[in-house]
Amino acid sequence: MILARLVPAGVVGLILFFLAFPIVVVTVVSFSEATYLTFPPPAFGFRWYEAYFSNPDWLNPTWVSLWVAAAVVVLATSLGTLAALGIARLPKALRIFATGLILSPLIVPGIVVAIGIYYAYSHYGLVGTPIAMVLAHTCLAVPFVVTSVTASLSGIDPRLEQASLSLGATPGATFWQVTLPLIRPGVLVGALFAFITSFDELIVALFISGTGAVTLPRRMWDDLRFQIDPTIAAVSTLTIVLTVVLMGAAHLLRKRSPA
Amino acid sequence: MSEIAQPPPIAVPLGSVRPLLRNWRRHVPMLLVAPLLIYMLVLYALPVLAMLLRSVNDPTWTLSHYTALFEDVVFAKTFWITLNTSVTVTLGCLVLGYPVAMGLVRAKTMAPLILVVILLPFWTSVLVRSYAWMVLLGRHGLVNEALIALGMIDRPIRILNTPLATQIAMIHILLPYMILPIANALRQIDPSLIRAASGLGATPFMTFRQVILPLSMSGVAAGTLLTFVLALGFYITPAMVGGPRDITLSMLIAQEVEQLNWAYAATLSAVLLATALAILAVARRLPGVGNAFRMSMR
Repeated sequence: MILARLVPAGVVGLILFFLAFPIVVVTVVSFSEATYLTFPPPAFGFRWYEAYFSNPDWLNPTWVSLWVAAAVVVLATSLGTLAALGIARLPKALRIFATGLILSPLIVPGIVVAIGIYYAYSHYGLVGTPIAMVLAHTCLAVPFVVTSVTASLSGIDPRLEQASLSLGATPGATFWQVTLPLIRPGVLVGALFAFITSFDELIVALFISGTGAVTLPRRMWDDLRFQIDPTIAAVSTLTIVLTVVLMGAAHLLRKRSPA
Repeated sequence: MSEIAQPPPIAVPLGSVRPLLRNWRRHVPMLLVAPLLIYMLVLYALPVLAMLLRSVNDPTWTLSHYTALFEDVVFAKTFWITLNTSVTVTLGCLVLGYPVAMGLVRAKTMAPLILVVILLPFWTSVLVRSYAWMVLLGRHGLVNEALIALGMIDRPIRILNTPLATQIAMIHILLPYMILPIANALRQIDPSLIRAASGLGATPFMTFRQVILPLSMSGVAAGTLLTFVLALGFYITPAMVGGPRDITLSMLIAQEVEQLNWAYAATLSAVLLATALAILAVARRLPGVGNAFRMSMR
């Protein structure tokens, strides 16, 4: 039809190639047998994955990142879900203030958040501790939980909760047996986003991870300053696979949920 | 109607307990939101505000840090580079994003594949994507090899660590933020309008110019503003692939913090934040943009 004649498929194809190609190259390079970065690789193998899995300098930051992200999921999902349940019923002025505060990490430039947190946390001796990473990453992850759960809540038929209440269920029972099962996909999507937000986060980590809580992105950054050895390609490929699986799950969950 | 109006409040025996309970119920929404609000205030908002305060109270209450910016050559150059990069990147995203959005909307069987190609890089971290461009644009990277093989250059040219590298990588990273709101707007256009235009004799270009483009403007505006605001605050990509002398505002802020020049870093942060907020404040007033914005933030 008309749109087809305006935009040749070749042009769209080229732009899509531009989008996908860098990711493909990193993945292919990670399976290279060469000791330096070259494309296409002369031979394929797993030597850079072996290098990654046998080096505590890479594995320790991986564990730190996974633990921090797991803690962020628990904290951000519980705080965010509770807030999402209440926020729509707040008085107007308070609702606007709360929404603005909770969503602001999405638009405040990362460097401003990072140095603000660094400024305050260093006063309390938190810099370089995994706890500081969890506390800071939770602030960045919460907006995704709140928006995702709010979207789920707005898709619920309010009569279901009313029916439960009028049939004699306590508000607590109504929440656990009616509301929560209905918003579960939204809560799960929020939890997945929270995990990825923390796992991929670099700017805050640059300032507050210190030497005691080096995360995987921070380790990659430090390494890139000195060399671009293909171990980073292997690490990148692993994180791409992890995020794509989790985000793909979130995408499918959201499409299936009523909201 | 009046006969079945609310029963009069005659619950005299329970009078002392009920209002209390009812009041407690009324505060439930507040009690649900309070933990998160307190958390965000203490661990995020107040720290950022305390840091920003250094721009006006260091060493005593003063606006001198702001007035000094007017004569600050480093600031002027950095601010110019940041704006220039953001504008270039936003235009690049618009030029590349619009056709893809059209392709995504018109595609039928290919649509899921196109969406995956758009979302795959979208979901990959900024660090990994910047690294990918380091691999591609390096001295012996694929782009140089390809240009030599094609006979367009004789020896490797310097692309990595130039402003061009920053622009290419940032366009790559921000493109989905442009595509998704435009595709949303295009999807809402009633196809019968397009059929009517061509039925009435409009050429495809005229249909695009007079029907499709005006109706997609809310998506274009949302995508443009979102891309621009995000581009303003970019730090990792310009630091990794950009030129050593092409410093953006975010990079300058980081440098100043490393030197413990908190007052200067706070002043620059306030300028960066105010610029971003001003653009968003304008964006919210444009008709249709607020909505498209909210859709794309999810």
